[in-house]
Amino acid sequence: MIEAFSYGFIQNAFLAAILASIACGLIGTMVVINRMVFLAGGVAHTAYGGVGLAFFLGLPVMPCTIAFTTVASLLMANFTFRQRRQTETIIGMFWAAGMAIGILLMDCTPGYHVNLMSYLFGSILTVSSFDIWVMIGLNIFLLMAILIFYKDFAAMSFDEEFALSRGAPVKFLYFLLMAMIAVSVVMIIQVVGLILVIALLTIPPYLAQLRISSLGQMMMKATLWSLVFCLFGLWLAYRFDLTSGATIIAVATGSFFVVYVLRKFKVIGTSF
Amino acid sequence: MSVSVIDLKDVSLTIQKETILEEIDLSVKDGEFLAVLGPNGGGKTTLIKVILGLMRPTKGEVSIFGQSPIKNRSQIGYLPQHASIQTKFPMNVLNVILMGFVGKRSFGWRYTQWEKERALVALENVGMRHYAEYDVENLSGGQRQRVLIARALVSDPCLLLLDEPTSNIDPQSRFCFYEFLSDLSSKVTILVVSHDLSITASKVSSIACLNRKLIYNEKPEITQDMFSLLYGVHNHNCPMANVFPSESVFLSQIHTRDQ
Repeated sequence: MIEAFSYGFIQNAFLAAILASIACGLIGTMVVINRMVFLAGGVAHTAYGGVGLAFFLGLPVMPCTIAFTTVASLLMANFTFRQRRQTETIIGMFWAAGMAIGILLMDCTPGYHVNLMSYLFGSILTVSSFDIWVMIGLNIFLLMAILIFYKDFAAMSFDEEFALSRGAPVKFLYFLLMAMIAVSVVMIIQVVGLILVIALLTIPPYLAQLRISSLGQMMMKATLWSLVFCLFGLWLAYRFDLTSGATIIAVATGSFFVVYVLRKFKVIGTSF
Repeated sequence: MSVSVIDLKDVSLTIQKETILEEIDLSVKDGEFLAVLGPNGGGKTTLIKVILGLMRPTKGEVSIFGQSPIKNRSQIGYLPQHASIQTKFPMNVLNVILMGFVGKRSFGWRYTQWEKERALVALENVGMRHYAEYDVENLSGGQRQRVLIARALVSDPCLLLLDEPTSNIDPQSRFCFYEFLSDLSSKVTILVVSHDLSITASKVSSIACLNRKLIYNEKPEITQDMFSLLYGVHNHNCPMANVFPSESVFLSQIHTRDQ
């Protein structure tokens, strides 16, 4: 294992896993708390349109996908803000339309597309140094946004009516949150692919949400869980020559069931 | 002369051609404990949102302490309807109370020591000092309402708006809760909206009935007009017709007892 670190792409893979875990912890917590899992799924699949667009225009994939997904997520925010409970249809439409646009754009791009599958199931071993720098920048943006608006986010998630009555900028926060989800989803796609994004956004916060007294604690705990899944999954994938994204998700879901069963039979306390 | 805390003049609100509020005049004085009663869909929550400035009336004027409600938002403590709150939420009671300090520009992630002390005082005032470290999801309905009232009170408002505060509290505990409110009413002006008539048995100082239109009575009693507004006019062969007179007799008895 140690000698593996002499390869640049392995180093990048580990850095990407760490950076994506931070995004998972911060945004996954917000997604789970606000019950936006389906929305996040919609954003993830819409991102495929961005991948298609990047190939079609011959642009660098990550920045182009981020731009496309952010615009799409803000559009979704616009549709879903007013009637939060009747929006499944619109999300479903974006979900499918994003994928369709991606595939169509790929069809229109001449040449051989070897990368198609890698965006569905992740391509952590192909993360470039440039991507790492983009991810660092995005993580700084996420962290800053959470720190600056932490109190507002907490108040909005717990009780939106009250936050509104206090004059908190709820609409702005909702759009900001959607943009943050878009950015995180693109980052996590690098690690586990867009089909598996949801698992990494939901399992760590689920395991983190017991016995905590604030949103911040939940974010930190979720980040740690996510780190464990990504690093252990990556090691397993390297050791046994498996697909990295799927291995990471297998580790996450496996841990979920183990913890669930252990909690159920009270082998471990709920604080674990 | 006592100051008007809430002043509604000829307020109407129409949403998609449906009139929710119609020509409402209401003036709430400082120190008043007003119960606004009305059936579901009668416009109670809308009225509260108009007072908070969250909804704009199609016609008429709203002023809070003589100014527009948006300007004086910090003076209002608000307890939203139960449905708007996430009951399963990873947060302890103290952190919930601290949300009462959130405002237009509440940047950062930390609350000051002063704010934390204020939050503990607010908890003390609702008799929940020992629950500061509890998870909100483990509280009973009545305890949760007290915590949310503490959250509304923490910013020292002059007016407290409560939207159906007892909808999630069992009938026995309701009376304790009303008792708690009447203690509170010596410190702050309170407006409660509710469909629970039993609130009239508590020490409210005035009553209004709202069913699209509003009838205000500065005495804590329900008049026949109010009953007609709430439930419509029932003639003598309707079984409901026999219910109301006895109920209004009951209520006026309570009223004379209080005097």
